[in-house]
Amino acid sequence: MIRWFKDAWEGFFTVLVGMRITWRHLFTDPVTLQYPNVKWPLPPKSRMRLFMKYEDCIGCGQCVRACPVNCISLKADKRPADAPPIWAANGQAIKLHVAVFDIDMSLCCYCNLCTYPCPTNCIYMTPEYEFATSDLTQHLYRFAKKDAQFILEDPKKKAAAPPATPPAKPAGA
Amino acid sequence: MDATYEYLVSVLPAAASWPSWLVVAIITALPALACFTFMALGPLIYVYAERKVSAFMQDRIGPNRVGPIGLLQTVADTIKLLFKEAIFPKKVDRKLFVIAPVLVNVGAFMPFLVIPWGGRLQPADLNVGVFYVVAIASLSTVGLIMAGWASNNKYSLFGGMRSAAQIVSYEIPAMMILLVPVMIVGSLSLQDITEAQSGGLQNWFLFRYFPIMPVAFLVFFTAGLAETNRAPFDIPEAESELVGGFHTEYSGFFFACFFMAEYTEMFVLSAVASVLFFGGYLAPHPALQQIGSVPLGWLWMWLKAWSLVFVMMWLRWTLPRSRVDQLMHIAWKVLLPIALVLVVVVGGLVLVPATADGFPWDRWVGWPLTLGLAAFLLYVMVRALQWSRRRTQELAAARQAVTP
Repeated sequence: MIRWFKDAWEGFFTVLVGMRITWRHLFTDPVTLQYPNVKWPLPPKSRMRLFMKYEDCIGCGQCVRACPVNCISLKADKRPADAPPIWAANGQAIKLHVAVFDIDMSLCCYCNLCTYPCPTNCIYMTPEYEFATSDLTQHLYRFAKKDAQFILEDPKKKAAAPPATPPAKPAGA
Repeated sequence: MDATYEYLVSVLPAAASWPSWLVVAIITALPALACFTFMALGPLIYVYAERKVSAFMQDRIGPNRVGPIGLLQTVADTIKLLFKEAIFPKKVDRKLFVIAPVLVNVGAFMPFLVIPWGGRLQPADLNVGVFYVVAIASLSTVGLIMAGWASNNKYSLFGGMRSAAQIVSYEIPAMMILLVPVMIVGSLSLQDITEAQSGGLQNWFLFRYFPIMPVAFLVFFTAGLAETNRAPFDIPEAESELVGGFHTEYSGFFFACFFMAEYTEMFVLSAVASVLFFGGYLAPHPALQQIGSVPLGWLWMWLKAWSLVFVMMWLRWTLPRSRVDQLMHIAWKVLLPIALVLVVVVGGLVLVPATADGFPWDRWVGWPLTLGLAAFLLYVMVRALQWSRRRTQELAAARQAVTP
């Protein structure tokens, strides 16, 4: 008999306990983020879509060798002898003409291994992550440009000319 | 009905000379139309409220895309349901399949006939009011079984049988508790029951014979919750076990009918509970009964019924669904003994005349105690508000911390 009363009271009381919890949450701000309108800030060094700055690429192919899934395809030939000399932004001379530089983002595993060996830091991960498409071929990004604006003057000489300023160091890597 | 006729004549003196068929048609059709509109449009608000309440209780936002703060979401859903194809599976019993949702709705709608919204604002003051509500509301059980059987689907049949078993068992404690206010008043008419509680908050039946009536209210509310197939007693439509229970095979408008019936039943139950225990259309203080010449009874009734509907939603999003055996345990081993004891005790108390000096000791003891309980609940709620504010700040801080 006492057991019965205890059980009945416990049943009633635990309902109240539960109701107290839901009541507390009734006035808590929702944790929902209205995604397309509001976005979570990305953590630093987020690995999202790859980007390659064509003007800085020297065509060394280290990224292609580093890629574990072979998503980068590179085709580079020697530049013609009569072509004007060009340089990458960090002062490395570009000896090769990069005819094709394709990254298939549908294959990419976002491991970031290709960015470490790059001598000119021209390939890197962007924080861009909304690139879903309905067609898989649209994930093939072609970075080779016909109308690239190369640096026609040696940046090292340019930096050396005013002796007061130290040569600009490329960030990161 | 007589009250309605008197009211009609007082507004339109010419009505007295009209032919009786016209007058009868007017005084029956108008309240029916009003109640039907109330019932048909009610779910728009209930469903919206339910979705918002559930969302806020789960720290979500809920519908907020259609219309301002999602207000038109249920309208859009209703339009969608109305225009959707009603699919009749090959092997259903077509006649019963169509009749079932109608019957469920009739059972949910008919109790509106006796729900008093004010001294004269009641479609009909039946002298068997409470009995009528109980009898008519059971009609929806037949509809549910019919839906389960006609669907020709094992899950539907299970759902129908479960709802029948549940409603039949829970009706017994609910009926017992209904007897308690009826015994105190000595009348089955909802109007009489309400009038007997007039004179302010302390005369409401919730405070009579403390602590008997609060317990009676809890028992009645629990049993009513089970009768309306609401969580935590929604095993007839337990989607994790029975797909959708009795409405598995229904689609389009017929499905909407079941929903409409469920929400209407919720409102009817809350309205009856507020008549029996919270003084129906009576204000907490007689001075608040009307502003100038504008009667506010309908507003009080509406507020009380809606508060109880909110408690139902609150419970639904708090408690997990109970098992079938737990359900039967609660009905037969907990609620029924309590109800029986209460009926016997109140029956005895009714026989005892009011204390010799006429001092209503029970009300004046019960009232402060109940108010104390309410104050305690208020305290808990304020503390909860503080907690939620702190939690909100913590969340904001956590979000700040993630920002690089």
